[in-house]
Amino acid sequence: MKRLLTVAIALLISQAALAGVKIEHWVSPSGARVYFVESRVLPMLDVQIDFAAGSMFDPAGKSGLAALTRGALDLGAGKFDETAIAEQMADIGASLGGGADTDRASVSLRTLSATDKREPALAILKAVVHAPLFDSAIFEREKARTIASLKEAMTRPDSIAGKAFWAAMYPNHPYGRQATPESVAALNPDDLAAFHARYYTAANASITLVGDLSRADAEKIAEGIAASLPKGVAATLPDAPQLPKWSMTQLAHPASQAHVYIGLPAIERGNPDFFPLLVGNYTLGGGGFVSRLMKEVRDKRGYAYSVYSYFAPLKQTGPFQIGLQTKRSQAKDALKVTREVLSGFLKDGPSEEELAAAKANLTGSFPLRLDSNKKILENVANIGFYGLPLDYLDQYQAKVQAVTTDDIRKAFARRVRPDNIITVTVAAD
Amino acid sequence: MPLKYLLSVLLAAGLTTAAFANPYETTLKNGLRVIVKEDHRAPTAVQMVWYRIGSTDEVDGASGVAHVLEHMMFKGTPSVGPGEFNKRVAAAGGRDNAFTSRDYTAYFQQVPKEKLPEMMQLEADRMRHLNVDAKEFEQEIKVVMEERRMRTDDNPQSKLFEQMNAVAFQAHPYRRPIIGWMNDLETMTAADAKAWYDTWYVPNNAYVIITGDVDHKEVFALAEKYYAPLEGRALPVRRQQIEPAQEGTRKVTVKAPAELPVLIMGYKAPILRDIDKDSDPYALEMLASILDGHDAARFNKKLVREDKVALSAGIDYDNTARGPGMLYLHGTPSEGKTVSDLEAALRAEIARVQKDGVSEQELKRAKAQLIAGQVYKLDSMFGQAMEIGQIEAVGLPYQKLDRMLDKLQKVTAADIQSVAKKYFNDDALTIGLLDPQPLDGKPRRPAVATRH
Repeated sequence: MKRLLTVAIALLISQAALAGVKIEHWVSPSGARVYFVESRVLPMLDVQIDFAAGSMFDPAGKSGLAALTRGALDLGAGKFDETAIAEQMADIGASLGGGADTDRASVSLRTLSATDKREPALAILKAVVHAPLFDSAIFEREKARTIASLKEAMTRPDSIAGKAFWAAMYPNHPYGRQATPESVAALNPDDLAAFHARYYTAANASITLVGDLSRADAEKIAEGIAASLPKGVAATLPDAPQLPKWSMTQLAHPASQAHVYIGLPAIERGNPDFFPLLVGNYTLGGGGFVSRLMKEVRDKRGYAYSVYSYFAPLKQTGPFQIGLQTKRSQAKDALKVTREVLSGFLKDGPSEEELAAAKANLTGSFPLRLDSNKKILENVANIGFYGLPLDYLDQYQAKVQAVTTDDIRKAFARRVRPDNIITVTVAAD
Repeated sequence: MPLKYLLSVLLAAGLTTAAFANPYETTLKNGLRVIVKEDHRAPTAVQMVWYRIGSTDEVDGASGVAHVLEHMMFKGTPSVGPGEFNKRVAAAGGRDNAFTSRDYTAYFQQVPKEKLPEMMQLEADRMRHLNVDAKEFEQEIKVVMEERRMRTDDNPQSKLFEQMNAVAFQAHPYRRPIIGWMNDLETMTAADAKAWYDTWYVPNNAYVIITGDVDHKEVFALAEKYYAPLEGRALPVRRQQIEPAQEGTRKVTVKAPAELPVLIMGYKAPILRDIDKDSDPYALEMLASILDGHDAARFNKKLVREDKVALSAGIDYDNTARGPGMLYLHGTPSEGKTVSDLEAALRAEIARVQKDGVSEQELKRAKAQLIAGQVYKLDSMFGQAMEIGQIEAVGLPYQKLDRMLDKLQKVTAADIQSVAKKYFNDDALTIGLLDPQPLDGKPRRPAVATRH
């Protein structure tokens, strides 16, 4: 592939979506929030259950618990052992997906919509979210695998840089704490069961369904899932993150390329500053091949294959991040150019011409953000989990259009203060 | 039977029969083929332009030029300035990119459907009118070197894979990495890229695939307008390069900073050349699914979950290619286990298939996954265009995709046992081993010995 920005861009565009997707929303009798989009063209169904059960809820000293809990859900649940879950899903051509990030733990199902496929698949999905077994032998095996992969990650320059970056951005907040071989080694199956009991509840869940399904069936399915869960209470959030002081961390590594991350905690989901930041960042480093960072760092100087910036709003203040990789001997030069581009942008914002280009792309590309069930699911699950307005997608283009260069300068001035920016380099000479 | 079942599922879902006249195709006078698959689910369209040219067509000393040219394709023509291509796509609300493989180089744009004509105009323009500017080249070759550092030099697994292929193939150009050896990139010039472009970027060496909410007749008319004026030209003869038979196991070790060892066992394996007559490639594909098609497939169930000899274990086999094929078994041993333990365990799993075959239930399961996959793939317009593009790139007709599915459905347990006996042959085996090194350069303690 010519460029590798897909991941970074995917983060950004998960905000967006297409006018014309009709989201139906209700609260199931058992208390789960449900979001449904009927799409009858293909005989398939996607279901995603999101719990506020991400790593931000890891108790102190138990980093890695949320991820391990999520990972263990489909390794034995209810009357199904781990082999039965995998085999029976494969037998009907269905599959389970999902994972845990900082904020949420997700369990998703993709299945054919015919009743003889859908129903057995849903029975397994239900068992997986409400009755995981947390068998101790399986737990020990998965713990060993997790520790091994954490040790491996600690040899990789990009992982080392990423961990150091989050730790520096969030010195006193769970977002900055990460699983280590030691923290995972200290966990036991009771920790998983307790975490599951606390967070995998109806009150703490949002359920999204997209596909070949009637409203009545969607209600039945959603309530079936919710009713199997304990009612529970919504998770309480930790104190909001505080901004770090300017810092620069340089870590040694034998790699041929340096990894450079620059950023700070910037914005939470649902904050109105998001649109000016989104539109402004398109010009700075979000707009793929046409951004200022791409032009200065890659096109003009050949410093990097990939250079990008993005805002990743989270439940609590999520990061603004600039990233690049470059030959280790030129890391200082690349960092200097990147900082100049950033400070120039903070000072003057985009030109009117750049603003127009950003709007043209962000509004014009709107239909692409919802042209498959998979994309619709992702967008609607975000709206559901983060409690964004139901007309978020309908309003999206208008909100982009309304942004002015002045809005952008002001929002960046509020959210990206040079005094709070931290920098991490790994393998830079 | 299973294929009919699939069709009935789709029909039952309300797909119109018109969908089955899809895709539509025409060939322009200059030899360019245009394939259109209509899909009216959403108001978007995908254009892909595939060139039948990849790293396999390169020569020693110029490895990586196919991919470098791919980068240069964004650097302008007399009518579209450097960087302007990306700007125009972005202004149209589109996304674009490109990819180079051993067998092909392809370019794509995803756009709101009304922007498709402009995308066709842009692709047609750069098909014959690219500027390969020396100044632009000078910057872009550095970008490609950064890409190589990121993808290969600092990625132990990629490095191992690169080295393995360089050993598994001696005569065939598949031995060279797609991204090119660093030294070849360092000595490459704009003239090399230009010569590559002039030789291979002609309409009769390309095909265009368009999927989405479009009318094929309108697309054909647009193709006539934008692509038809480009002149075709005879292509140089491509000599078939045949890899000599391997006569004994080969081994390669790569040392790199890492924590975990990696073992890859690559066997020479057959490639699908005749969709109707071949059978072994289908049987091997089903075997791969039974060994590694889901979380309780044999490798994961036995090696990771039950015996805990591996942290992970898998199989990779692509039965379509222009050149020769390989089937790879790969994995990472668990703590306290060695790569020798893992190798023995992988071999034991293959021996089990050779001796006892596979069960009807396992086979049925693999087939059920295939059928469902045919529905899920329709969720992505991009994926549908990719499927057509890839099969055409290896010289097989997309019209026979359904026939391939049918052949897979007809694979028997006996077929699978037979290919397991035939192809896991030590004389055709290349073993690759990643020997992890500590970051500080000091030797690791012997407890995690990884010597093979």
